[in-house]
Amino acid sequence: MQLLMFYGFAFFALFAAVGMVMSRQPVMSALLLIVNMFCLAGLYAQLDAHLIAILQLIVYAGAIMVLVLFVIMLLNLREKQGIISKHQVALQAVGIMALGFFIITVVSRLNPAKLPAPKQTDATFGTVAAIGRILFTDYLLPFEIASVLLLAAIVGAVILAKSKV
Amino acid sequence: MQVPLNHYLILSGLLFSIGVVGVLTRRNALIVYMCIELMLNGVNLSFIAFSRYLGDMGGHMFTFMVMTVAAAEAAVGLAIIISLFRNRQTVDVDDVNLLKG
Repeated sequence: MQLLMFYGFAFFALFAAVGMVMSRQPVMSALLLIVNMFCLAGLYAQLDAHLIAILQLIVYAGAIMVLVLFVIMLLNLREKQGIISKHQVALQAVGIMALGFFIITVVSRLNPAKLPAPKQTDATFGTVAAIGRILFTDYLLPFEIASVLLLAAIVGAVILAKSKV
Repeated sequence: MQVPLNHYLILSGLLFSIGVVGVLTRRNALIVYMCIELMLNGVNLSFIAFSRYLGDMGGHMFTFMVMTVAAAEAAVGLAIIISLFRNRQTVDVDDVNLLKG
């Protein structure tokens, strides 16, 4: 049952990802990326990462993709001369194939018997309380740095989007 | 039946590679941006899978931080794209060659 659900989500995630890269219209790409994010949220929920699954839906599929769709509609673009960039296409193709081949080889060389089996976890694994506890104890410094990063991003976005500085 | 860990890793690698294909070949800056998000998502999947299989919630924290960085990147990146469109009337990455000299 778990395996079946994994294959379902994985198939739709890959289908949406390929469709996103191939589609001509940016709006179509954005919608397919949202489908992909929903599938990944399903996989996260299957992996007991409940808070991350919800955050994936709210932050990624909600906030970020709405912002992207908003910009797409604001700019109202049309593809004029094809969708493929013309800079050194052959070199890029070689690079992509080398990278894909490398990843597939590395992963397929991994011996499944040597990989860890899923640990028995208690009921608090991945809940809001458990994540909050380690976020405010072990990972307090990254949390504070993230707040500074977000502040810098807000200031940067305002400065960049202003018409006259 | 349990899903083996390497299934998750293969899916994660495939999503990352598809994202790389998009970043390197597409012409529209918005789609390049979305492909970067896809790459981040592929990496997040392997973080979460390892976190579950090793029984350690550190991976959840890393995913949390990746989401924070992605949100910041969305704000700044889309602001850059809008200001690019305002100045050049295009978001075509082939036409953006001001720094080329």
